[in-house]
Amino acid sequence: MINYVWFFMILAGVITAASRGEIHLVTEGVLKGSEQAVLVAAGLLGMVSFWSGVMKIAQEAGLTQALARLLGPLARRLYPQVPPSHPAMGALLAAMSANILGLGNACTPLGLKAMAHLQELNRDSETASDAMCTFMAVTASSLTVVPTTIMALRLSHGSRAPAEIMGPVALATLCSSAVAVTLDALLRRFTRKRVRR
Amino acid sequence: MTAAVHTFSRWAVPLLLLGITSYGLSRRVPIYECFVEGAKEGWHTTLRILPYLIGMLVAIQVFQHSGALSQLIRVLTPLTNRVGFPPEALPMALIRPLSGSGSLAFLAQIFSSHGPDSFIGRLAAIVMGSTETSLYVVTVYAGSIGLKRVRHTLAAALLTDLAAVIISFYVALWFFA
Repeated sequence: MINYVWFFMILAGVITAASRGEIHLVTEGVLKGSEQAVLVAAGLLGMVSFWSGVMKIAQEAGLTQALARLLGPLARRLYPQVPPSHPAMGALLAAMSANILGLGNACTPLGLKAMAHLQELNRDSETASDAMCTFMAVTASSLTVVPTTIMALRLSHGSRAPAEIMGPVALATLCSSAVAVTLDALLRRFTRKRVRR
Repeated sequence: MTAAVHTFSRWAVPLLLLGITSYGLSRRVPIYECFVEGAKEGWHTTLRILPYLIGMLVAIQVFQHSGALSQLIRVLTPLTNRVGFPPEALPMALIRPLSGSGSLAFLAQIFSSHGPDSFIGRLAAIVMGSTETSLYVVTVYAGSIGLKRVRHTLAAALLTDLAAVIISFYVALWFFA
């Protein structure tokens, strides 16, 4: 599917630019996109390294295991394939907590850490495991309950009550995460067969 | 309330950092050596993501810069008008799965043209808060460990985005209409 999404964006871009007689916009888009990717990666390099280091301390000190015990019941239901004592469980919960709290820069590094631990449990290293699919689907659905950036933006635009959207956002986030979990549970049956040839 | 949230967001990372290092020390973990060892992985992870980022961001930029995105919005507007979804909020909702900074720019634009306390402003804020840059999440997460097949994840993520926009619309109506 990712192949079709990717091709659709390129095809639609080329056709639109050509029909407007401004085909150079495609070339500009290529330049801008690749430049942006390098900038994003450079920004990530520092944060990913930093949070990987901090997580290593948390892991050695037994903090991630403590978090896994604390949020165990929910996590075991969401990720039944991950043993509760495996470092993957602690990493998953740390990443999800960062997302819930809207910790911005910390979210991607912690998410990548969790994926690396899940890979240790994966039988086919080129195909996403069930736990990885659930984790990516839930993360992609947004878990943010404290939308700090949005409230700051509302404040800077002169909102009378910047935080009034917190309740509605939490409710909408909860619903959409439930949709993500349900869709994942429904769809994985169809993609599992191909994995276990 | 606002003050509490802002204080929280300012203190969260410093407290987390202090908490983890002091707990580590109390457990006699050699925290600095441990940190350096963990941080070494960052370089490898980032390098592995880069090709995926380039592929995705180039396609997104081509799609957006060529005017194809605005064309798509123009096609969809009559449909969303029928259910009463404000067309001003549509560009932000469509760009959201593709680009975080892009959708934030649209959000800021809606805030300055309609006001953050208007219905459109509130709706846009709720859509922004309850969705993610799903395409980025799936590409980068899968890329970081070299997955070639993400199975149904992308379909689930994009369908969830659609559901989140619809849910946000009804939540906004319920709270603010």
